[in-house]
Amino acid sequence: MNVLEMLEAKRVCVCAGSGGVGKTTTSAAIALGMAAAGAKVAVVTIDPANRLANALGLEALENEPRRVEPARLATGDLEVKGELWAMMLDPKRTFDELIERIAPDPGRAEEIKANRVYRELSTAVSGSQELTAIAKLHELDQEGHFDLLVLDTPPSRNALEFLDAPGRLNAFLEGRALKAFMRPTGVGMRVLGRGALPLLSGLRRITGIDLISDLTVFFQLLGDMTKDFSQRAAQVEALLRAPTTSFLLVTSAAREPIDEAIWFAERLHADGLPFGGVVVNRVHHDLLGNRAPREVRRALARVLPPELAVRVTENFRDYHVLARRDDHNLTRLSSQLDERRLLRVPQLDDDVHDVEGLLRIHRYLFASEAEREQLIDDLVA
Amino acid sequence: MPALLDKRLVFVTGKGGVGKSTVAIALGLVAARRGLRTIVAELASQERVQGLFFDDGGEQFRELQIAPGLFTISIDPQQAMEEYLRLKAGTIGQALGSSRLFQAFAMATPGMRELLSIGKVWELAQLNRRTRGGAPYDLVIVDAPATGHGVGLLRTPRTFADIARVGPIAHQGQTIADTIADHEFTGVIAVATPEEMPVNETVVLAEELARDKLLLDLLVVNALYPSRFESDEIDQLNAALTRTRSALARTALRAALSEHARAATQREQRDRLRDHVDARLVELPYIFADHVGLHELETLSDVLAAALNVTEGVS
Repeated sequence: MNVLEMLEAKRVCVCAGSGGVGKTTTSAAIALGMAAAGAKVAVVTIDPANRLANALGLEALENEPRRVEPARLATGDLEVKGELWAMMLDPKRTFDELIERIAPDPGRAEEIKANRVYRELSTAVSGSQELTAIAKLHELDQEGHFDLLVLDTPPSRNALEFLDAPGRLNAFLEGRALKAFMRPTGVGMRVLGRGALPLLSGLRRITGIDLISDLTVFFQLLGDMTKDFSQRAAQVEALLRAPTTSFLLVTSAAREPIDEAIWFAERLHADGLPFGGVVVNRVHHDLLGNRAPREVRRALARVLPPELAVRVTENFRDYHVLARRDDHNLTRLSSQLDERRLLRVPQLDDDVHDVEGLLRIHRYLFASEAEREQLIDDLVA
Repeated sequence: MPALLDKRLVFVTGKGGVGKSTVAIALGLVAARRGLRTIVAELASQERVQGLFFDDGGEQFRELQIAPGLFTISIDPQQAMEEYLRLKAGTIGQALGSSRLFQAFAMATPGMRELLSIGKVWELAQLNRRTRGGAPYDLVIVDAPATGHGVGLLRTPRTFADIARVGPIAHQGQTIADTIADHEFTGVIAVATPEEMPVNETVVLAEELARDKLLLDLLVVNALYPSRFESDEIDQLNAALTRTRSALARTALRAALSEHARAATQREQRDRLRDHVDARLVELPYIFADHVGLHELETLSDVLAAALNVTEGVS
């Protein structure tokens, strides 16, 4: 399979993975490839490298997708039949816009935005990037201007954070747990009965009264808006579970990212979320085949001074330690999932930060199986 | 200002995937070998450090010894909360801790998980441990979550102190914030691989630390490829590439050229980091191995020890 087949009839592609595995670049290459195939695609990135952002013309922080000028994409031999749009997510602004949209009047929106609890929530707190990324995805999906949305998930160490963090923050915004504590007649109090009173005083004793009153003010301001958060959470949940959505895992072939990819795939399965495939970046392919390492030195001795030949051989030997490692980890990964849904991108000479670099990755993601085998063979030839 | 290992609390920060855990343990080994009773604390239930040493992921949330004088703990916010409540509020605390509603509330409150985690870190670094039977540590090394969240973690106590203003949380937040701001007590290490994004993030991290009046004690450039070839040798390799008829020789030559290109790019990125961040810089080599296990960690800790000795007393 290739990405084109994995994303057939899909409207949303979520690229998930642990940090440092090339998620942003892969998301951009996928979006470019799908646009080349004729779709109108928007890629939502969180924090692209400056040079990649510049390459895509993403200098302006508009928080809305903007079309990547076709001229920027005309560097390679890839014909782009569709349209590529891109945006950089601004979490704080997305959060503010969300509040503005659901507030009953502008005055209330301003009050909320000035609230200390809200300010903290919308910036420093972990989970706000994840929540706003999904909120943006949902908004763009509702607007329906694109054939496909590609979401680059926020940079976290742990891919699962993307699934867990928004839920935590949403649970807070819905205010269920807190309200149960705050209202003497609330559901929580009824459930807990008289036992809740010492709990409440204990809570005050531990947290300090001001924090409680700040939170109370915050939730009073939110008022009925908490219902919107619940509704939205449900809609987002539905969007992520939709058959037109696909989760693509991005990983490298080192042990820990592969472990994490396996966990993530299991988690998707357990949660009934649609799994598309795995992109494994920076693969060190076996270049030796069935030849003995000493043959390398012998072959080099004919064209290089002996001492230099030794260092080239050492380099080759070190490379092959990684090739064996990658092969071992990929075998482990493919035993856990459908082998056809595993796409390997080799270790490239350079970091990718321009359209040409995206095209180099694109070849491996969008090639047919036969073409891909040829590309790998070419590495060895 | 005291040398890094004379501090009691050291945060290891950096973007995801740059090898923070590796650096944290390698530093832990250096400290333990110097006779310091040391613990590496990982946050957010990552269980990476313990995963390196215990096949079953270790006994969760306990202090475990992994080498002479070196311990690890994986900090779970919920567990930290229960411990805190038990100690602070006695029976009411215990009742709160076991209340599912309260747990849901506390865990959902923005920043609370971070505050509880860092509170536990603070507790580990105290000479008089609150934890019953807890022996004091000379050095606590924190394997912090990825940056973006990393500075956030260091800022959390101050934020809570500001938000809560008065009361126990404000007090506790203030105490922890003061500890973090104390350069005699607390140190910060930033780990980056010599690549564009990690370098960018580290530059931003350094700026944010400076804004919060925190010092960056050490920059670790991790996983630096060896520089195997001189530039005139590259010409020789290219020439050999056109001359040889052996496919195997061509493959090996191309691998050499490819790695040389990466090594050169890495050095540009390292220099960029050095130019933009004012802190001591230590380089750790790329480890060509199946995975970074105890043997590799010891190799890295030797490099780190040598680098720290050389630079000690300079700053």
